Amino acid sequence: MNKTVNQKAWFLVLPVLVLVAFSAVIPLMTVVNYSVQDTFGNNVFFWEGLGWFEEMLASERMWSAFRRQLMFSGIILVIQVPLGIFIALNMPKKGFWASFCLVLMALPLLIPWNVVGTIWQIFGRVDIGLLGYTLDKIGISYNYTQDPVAAWITLIVMDVWHWTSLVALLAYAGRQSIPDAFYQAAKIDQASRWAVFWYIELPKMTGVLLIAILLRFMDSFMIYTEPFVLTGGGPGNSTTLLSIDLVKMALGQFDLGPAAAFSLMYFLTILAICWVFYTVMTTLDKRDGV
Amino acid sequence: MAKITLDNLAHSYYPKQASEDDFALKELNHVWANGEAYALLGSSGCGKSTLLNIISGLLHPSHGRILFDDVDVTDAPTAERNIAQVFQFPVVYDTMTVRNNLAFPLRNRGADKEYIAARVQQIAAMIGMEDQLDRKARGLTADAKQKISLGRGMVREDVNALLFDEPLTVIDPHMKWELRTQLKSLHHEFGHTMIYVTHDQTEALTFADKVVVMYDGRVVQIGTPQDLFERPAHTFVGYFIGSPGMNVLDAEISGQSATLGGAVVSLGASYGAATGKTQLGVRPEFVRLTTDGTGVPARIRRVEDVGRHKIVRLDVGGQEVNAIASEGDSIPADVDGVSFDPEGINVYADDWRVEPQGRPTA
Repeated sequence: MNKTVNQKAWFLVLPVLVLVAFSAVIPLMTVVNYSVQDTFGNNVFFWEGLGWFEEMLASERMWSAFRRQLMFSGIILVIQVPLGIFIALNMPKKGFWASFCLVLMALPLLIPWNVVGTIWQIFGRVDIGLLGYTLDKIGISYNYTQDPVAAWITLIVMDVWHWTSLVALLAYAGRQSIPDAFYQAAKIDQASRWAVFWYIELPKMTGVLLIAILLRFMDSFMIYTEPFVLTGGGPGNSTTLLSIDLVKMALGQFDLGPAAAFSLMYFLTILAICWVFYTVMTTLDKRDGV
Repeated sequence: MAKITLDNLAHSYYPKQASEDDFALKELNHVWANGEAYALLGSSGCGKSTLLNIISGLLHPSHGRILFDDVDVTDAPTAERNIAQVFQFPVVYDTMTVRNNLAFPLRNRGADKEYIAARVQQIAAMIGMEDQLDRKARGLTADAKQKISLGRGMVREDVNALLFDEPLTVIDPHMKWELRTQLKSLHHEFGHTMIYVTHDQTEALTFADKVVVMYDGRVVQIGTPQDLFERPAHTFVGYFIGSPGMNVLDAEISGQSATLGGAVVSLGASYGAATGKTQLGVRPEFVRLTTDGTGVPARIRRVEDVGRHKIVRLDVGGQEVNAIASEGDSIPADVDGVSFDPEGINVYADDWRVEPQGRPTA
């Protein structure tokens, strides 16, 4: 095929370039700019090189936030993915109750994050919250503002309540696309319920489940609002996740340089993990695409 | 292996049935003899798959009973019926190897390991996939997958019946013929009761001892391929089987003759005074072209040469008639009519065949 050379074509991509520049590249570059400089105010900056990065990599504070973050994402994935699949497999396939379940499942997803945080913040209070009050009355010691374990449990339950629906809805969509003939063949072959799940449903849902895991991982790795409203990172630093720590550093302490270095590494970590996911998914697609 | 009896069986997908039209499967009594190969033939949406799914237990009939060897299994789940069924589109377990796919029905029934290995090898040889036994089923072509489905259907030797729901739709023509032949030889070897659903008459006629023709939720004829060809019980059977199908012409019947477009046609037998919508059914093989003005007035519209023979399309008083002429015949330019071989004439009243009251022996 002959390609026509026409440099005017660049004008066609210009609007996108401008948009992306203002929405992503320029803000990101200001962060890069901060991360290699130091300031004592008055808008005067000194070249710092990779010093902030070195300092951050050696900082116990950042590593412990990182460990908490990994633990949080790990726990919610381990709970939400199987639970979501389980819910999806038990939802009705069609009829009024199918629609009813879909709407019910979608509700938590529609609630703004800070509202979710507020709901659970009040729900868990020992003095006026239904959950906290009840637990206290039946003799279970529960106080998420003082007990790190209680704080973590509340945080996890809140996230499971808020986001399991997403996994369930995606898994449900994956299950709905399985033709009836597969279930019928399984009946003819006398496959057990477990075999139907393992050999038919799970393989057919792999694609959407990977997307669900990716979305849930990214979202939970960047989570800020709900834990901030619920515990504010406490008690102590026990629920200070990466983004909460970052905001404390950047806005609380106004340590722009370290915070910028921190956020760049944060960003690159997420990017790297997404890349791995993307590679795995496209490889799977190729394998299926014959 | 079992004899399968359908007792007043009917099915409707609606909870309440206002009229007969609400039934996907109209009332039916039939015995599928043990060890016979049947083809269930009909156009799409005529209730073939509904009937098949009722036999295998995937669907519970709204009316009537189904018996295997005189035991009522109407309420028995699929697993208890010990049926093998192959579906129209390939069903394979993607994450399993071909070998495990074939072994799956046997393993689920707790068969002996050595027996499974030997049986899988045997089936693999039959479907021609011995060299692919250890690869994953994922990524195989559609016809390879369908061969696995067929293999999985045939792997059990003790099944009550083998049901096929248009299994060769996705297979390419060359392989189709080969697999059909293998199914047939398998039937001779093991004598399973087989029911083969298809809308392809060639498939039905070559596979089955008996063909069951369905039309609009009703079984219209059960017979050997020859019966269906010579004495179609319903105009649909005549039209559906044969290429081109039977000519069906409106005519007035009285006694031994019919009046068609002003001309009188001798029927070769007496039909009394058939009532209702009366029609003549004549296969194109029994239509002769005439040039001397003695036949039913007709005009040639076109001639199609299909290689083995020629199909002459004629217009008889506004109704289309097809005739078959052999490849060597030249079609005269002055054809002005057609005559019908009395041997090949069937008479229909309201679409159902009328038995002659006594055909004089030739």
